[in-house]
Amino acid sequence: MAAKRDIKEKGIQWLFVCVGMASLTLLTMIMIFLFMEGLPIFSHVSVGDFIFGKLWYPTYDPPDFGIFPLIVASIAVTTVSSFIAIPLGVMTAIYLAEIASSRMREIVKPIVELLAAIPSVVIGFFGMVVIAPFIQELFNIPTGLNLFNASLMLAFMSVPTICSLSEDAIFSVPVELKEASLALGATHWETIHRVTLPAALSGISTSVILGMSRAMGETMVVLMVAGGAAMMPGSLFDPVRPMPASIAAEMAEAPFRGDHYYALFATGIVLFLFTLAFNIVADQISHRYKQVGAATL
Amino acid sequence: MKKSFVLLVAALFSLIAAAPALAGMLEINGSTTVLPITQVVAEQYMKDYPDTRISLSGGGSGNGIKAIIDGTTNIANSSRFIKQSEVDQAVAKGRYPVPFAVAYDALTPVVHPSNPVSNLTLAQLKDIYLGKFKNWSELGGDNRPIVVISRDTSSGTYESWSEIVLKGERVFPGAQLLASSGAVATAVAANKNAVGYVGIGYLNPAIKAIAVEGVVGSAETAMNGTFPIARALFVFTAGWPKGETMHFINYLLHPEKGQPLVKQAGFVPLY
Repeated sequence: MAAKRDIKEKGIQWLFVCVGMASLTLLTMIMIFLFMEGLPIFSHVSVGDFIFGKLWYPTYDPPDFGIFPLIVASIAVTTVSSFIAIPLGVMTAIYLAEIASSRMREIVKPIVELLAAIPSVVIGFFGMVVIAPFIQELFNIPTGLNLFNASLMLAFMSVPTICSLSEDAIFSVPVELKEASLALGATHWETIHRVTLPAALSGISTSVILGMSRAMGETMVVLMVAGGAAMMPGSLFDPVRPMPASIAAEMAEAPFRGDHYYALFATGIVLFLFTLAFNIVADQISHRYKQVGAATL
Repeated sequence: MKKSFVLLVAALFSLIAAAPALAGMLEINGSTTVLPITQVVAEQYMKDYPDTRISLSGGGSGNGIKAIIDGTTNIANSSRFIKQSEVDQAVAKGRYPVPFAVAYDALTPVVHPSNPVSNLTLAQLKDIYLGKFKNWSELGGDNRPIVVISRDTSSGTYESWSEIVLKGERVFPGAQLLASSGAVATAVAANKNAVGYVGIGYLNPAIKAIAVEGVVGSAETAMNGTFPIARALFVFTAGWPKGETMHFINYLLHPEKGQPLVKQAGFVPLY
């Protein structure tokens, strides 16, 4: 009897091990594939020329495979979108966790999270058809398809991530900490910015970095509204061509296993390293600055 | 009596024998420029021959020809002619790519309807795309900056444009590269400063077509060779087509079946 139970137990254990390993194996295989298809470009172009080259003309003869303008574009849209999304996301989170009534919270939070469910192609189309002509008129600039528009749309997409995760972090700050602060005579605002926010800082930072990593990897929006010019942006209103847009736009036309194809996969490797770095940092922060328990009596 | 029975059996057999040849699956892959053509033709074809199923996808000219090289598609759409390197790869795999011209396309420069400029020379267009002209006033227009919009440098449409207009030189880095002709049309319609180029199938009232060297892009001027930026669109097969593939291509090239649909898709038919 006991033996039968043991077998069942073992069986279930193995099932879970297999399922867990399956996704891990798949991910590893994708990574191996990415590197296998990307690294051959470096036999034609040196790593330095690839990363710091300023010209991207992959289809010409001889081709130029310099992705520096693409890297700068990716960093620029991510940074600008963070400047918009972080205050919006974190402040909304503070409002929801600390100030809003529980009824208000129950209504607003799902709506913010619903924002994350809008397909990126819809956001991109909105940016292209509505926002682009609008900001072109507003700022009197040559084109509305530019760095700023792309950042704005990306901010839309990372606000739900930042807001929802930050709200969870702020909400889970032990109530004892807040009570102690209020009992010492601090006002509600003083409690929020001196006690609650520092205690939730690791969660908030994690949410911000995950939001930024989402903005960096997002493809459809930047493909549609960033303007697609592979040049170094001189101002906020210049068109740019971030890495995911370049990969998505050109992969279909690149001759299979040609230099252009390898160069696009190598761009994918660079993008992967960026998002990997973001995720490692997020992981580090959430471990290192974890709020461990509350000091209660 | 006996004779008619034999005939009946023979007829049945021939039906069974003929059916698999025509009741098949066709895979069509390749250029997004040619896609609207093969799409309307395939839809009509499937109405006329309900036993056939055609699966269409538009991964780009390069992908279509790659599928011919690998033998993973029956028909490849391509907005450009096959390259020597691709021919070599295909022949090395024992597949001989066969081209069929299916339609003509005229690439028309377009601007916002409010732009007074209505004629440009090839040399002017080239300099616009090389970034030498910065303001419409240099070309007889209003005092507005020029926003240059192009297709991605890897698209077949760009390749034709680059060959005919840029004469192989590189579009300047400040040009906006968009991923589809539809996106170019939308972007030009929304921007008073913009200049772009689309196939005449994408012309609509929200954008204004510009004459090149005094010739307006149209079916007639593309066919009689006076419009300078015109090109042929192709489908490719691996080896001379057989069976269903042959049947479909003949249908596509037929002056009363496929070709009127080419016109309906906004391109210039062969006849």
